[in-house]
Amino acid sequence: MQRSVVFSGFGGQGALFAGQVLTYAAMDAGHHVTWIPSYGPEMRGGVARCTVIVSDDEIGSPVVRHPDVAVVFNNPSMEKFQRELRSGGKLIVNSSMVNVPVERDDITAILVPGNQVAAEMGDVRMTNMVLLGAMLAAEPLVELEAAEQALRDHLPERKQHLVEPNIVVLRRGFRNGTQEQNR
Amino acid sequence: MAKQLWKGNEALAEAAVRAGLVAYFGYPITPQTELLEYLSGRMVRLGRAFLQAESELAAINMVYGAACTGVRTMTSSSSPGISLMQEGLSYMAASEVPVVLVDIMRGGPGLGNIQPSQADYFQVTKTSGHGDFRPLVLAPATVQEAVDLVYEAFDLAEQYRTIVIVVADGNIGQMMEPAEMPPMREINGDRPHWALVGADGRDHRIITSLELGAERLEALNLRLQRKIARVKREQVRWKEDKTDDAEILVVAFGTMGRISTTAAEMAWEKGIRAGVFRPISLFPFPAARLEELSQRVKRILVVEMNAGQMLEDVKLAVGKDYPVEFYGRMGGIVPLPDDVLEAVERVHTEL
Amino acid sequence: MGKVVEKLVYERPKSLTDAHTHYCPGCTHGVSHRLVAEALDELGIRERTIGIAPVGCSVLAYYYFNVDFAEAAHGRAPAMATGMKRANPDRVIFTYQGDGDLAAIGTGEIVHAAGRGENITVIFINNAIYGMTGGQMAPTTLEGQKTTSSPMGRDISIAGHPLKMSELLSTLDGAAYVVRHSLHDVKHIRRARKAILTAFKVQLAGLGFSMVELLSTCCTNWKMDPVESLDWLRDNMVPFYPLGEHKVIDAVKDL
Repeated sequence: MQRSVVFSGFGGQGALFAGQVLTYAAMDAGHHVTWIPSYGPEMRGGVARCTVIVSDDEIGSPVVRHPDVAVVFNNPSMEKFQRELRSGGKLIVNSSMVNVPVERDDITAILVPGNQVAAEMGDVRMTNMVLLGAMLAAEPLVELEAAEQALRDHLPERKQHLVEPNIVVLRRGFRNGTQEQNR
Repeated sequence: MAKQLWKGNEALAEAAVRAGLVAYFGYPITPQTELLEYLSGRMVRLGRAFLQAESELAAINMVYGAACTGVRTMTSSSSPGISLMQEGLSYMAASEVPVVLVDIMRGGPGLGNIQPSQADYFQVTKTSGHGDFRPLVLAPATVQEAVDLVYEAFDLAEQYRTIVIVVADGNIGQMMEPAEMPPMREINGDRPHWALVGADGRDHRIITSLELGAERLEALNLRLQRKIARVKREQVRWKEDKTDDAEILVVAFGTMGRISTTAAEMAWEKGIRAGVFRPISLFPFPAARLEELSQRVKRILVVEMNAGQMLEDVKLAVGKDYPVEFYGRMGGIVPLPDDVLEAVERVHTEL
Repeated sequence: MGKVVEKLVYERPKSLTDAHTHYCPGCTHGVSHRLVAEALDELGIRERTIGIAPVGCSVLAYYYFNVDFAEAAHGRAPAMATGMKRANPDRVIFTYQGDGDLAAIGTGEIVHAAGRGENITVIFINNAIYGMTGGQMAPTTLEGQKTTSSPMGRDISIAGHPLKMSELLSTLDGAAYVVRHSLHDVKHIRRARKAILTAFKVQLAGLGFSMVELLSTCCTNWKMDPVESLDWLRDNMVPFYPLGEHKVIDAVKDL
């Protein structure tokens, strides 16, 4: 089994970190993993995108043409990955920021108001955890608990106080994702 | 030690620290800057020497100075910075001091861009400075391999008293992958017999790249050539994947090597028997093994992120009559597995 | 007849080898080599000193100093010295550089070494000309001075002004000791000797960057005999390049 997940947004939305949490969790669960950013010269506000591969076997290419799952934080990402997602793939959409309609019928789209949920729960900067939670509900590459543990284990010391709030939001995102899927 | 998730540039830096790096000198340039940033904290906390130089030119000459005293030293840069360092590389080659250089290639020529590229294959393997010399050049394809190669690079540099270049593209520098770090080596105070440490109780030593007499300079060159010949015999490295029953052999290094293995898997699913030959030592180039494999396969496809540089070494290895095809992208464009697959399919239809 | 007492009043410093130098007759490099060697002897640091030779006439200085020596790329000696010193803080590191090396191609390296307060000693030979390549205009060539690349005399409107490196470097906070002396007569040579000694003491005390600029002659390329050269130096260079202590931090005064 090999799965590719793209996290894509503006710089500052936390797409890269969401990808890292998935990568840590999958690594700790014994999978082969790669995390690769598409990097640009901008420090802020530019495209922030990463591709995560989770695999049972050694990973060749860390980049893919048609990802299995895409988590899109904003409109440009939505436009790009609605186009590039593989047939049958899953599109996790931050509906707080994305108003581009879902047009493909050969994919599963899960709409979650990431910014709104995160803001309600205390801090809009946790949008990425809402979307990661929803993604794990749609594509259970790792257990939710594994992602929680990854946050505990890998957030740097100076950010440890953010672990528990992030976990709460991650769980909420997971529930949102599950509900959306069952609709 | 268990595997941990490492960013390529930081993993390279930590591996160098563990190999016994005493002094690092560098200059910021994307996409290798994390290496310098990592060491700026790590080296200083360990009480070792770290200095951000005023230019790549200064950095390489600081490395030259430290290397003359026989300590483990290195610098890192990316394509335009390596161009500036070529002066120092040439002097160090002539002086036969060991040094490790990490080159995280980006798109060129000129300022180019900061995207991944392999356009400096010629620069590192053939034209890394004026005069007759060839650095030992190692090209990892994974973060783990980058760690292992840079760790070993210091030994190799000392063993041959040569320049070892670990060359990767921005993908390897920027990506994160699990890697196991090698053990921390102790730095003992021992210095090699040729090192400058002060003429205490012995004749004074000189390290110079100047040799005014033609015969003596030729003698130096002959010695360098013998060393290069020894490196060629002893340090050829490569990796093969699915080459046993292959009819098409994809030859690619670094990132393109691993992307090509995915493409080869996709090809097998379509009934095309494609294998991958990935040179790890770019110099010495694994020509003999490639020549051998060329007899077993029908066609060779070289894939690079450049206009066809390693291609020349492949052609030299297999001869001018052998059918060698090429697929390359430039400017920082990274071919995806299906791009490589398409090239494989194109070659296959011509069989 | 009284008893004859032998008293040794002059010998070769231990820090010099017995090699014959390649320098032109009348060149002041021999004097400055000796002054540096005497300082190393006097301080007892020869055994832990590493010198760095430049590209220029003194490129072969490593044959003449009985000290471990490296040969730098043109202008890069301060960078090389930095690498050596950072990796070996307990060694004494000095560079020996000419005006083309230090004030033209190596300007960046010397400025930053001084700015960092790099704990090295620089011996800067300023003879206002490129010697080894055959008498071309140097960054320190005086206005109106004829060279093979300024045959009508240095024209400021074309070549700009000569650089005063001691003045320039003395503006930098990292510079602890920056002085200019001249080798045109015995009185001045004695002053230069004392300054070189002080410069090494500055390094030994870890006070930072030290440089001694030595106004020197190049009879061959100036096309003068040795005595004329010394007079020309005194009459033309000294007025333009003021001698003296351009930067001496307080801690140096306490040495």
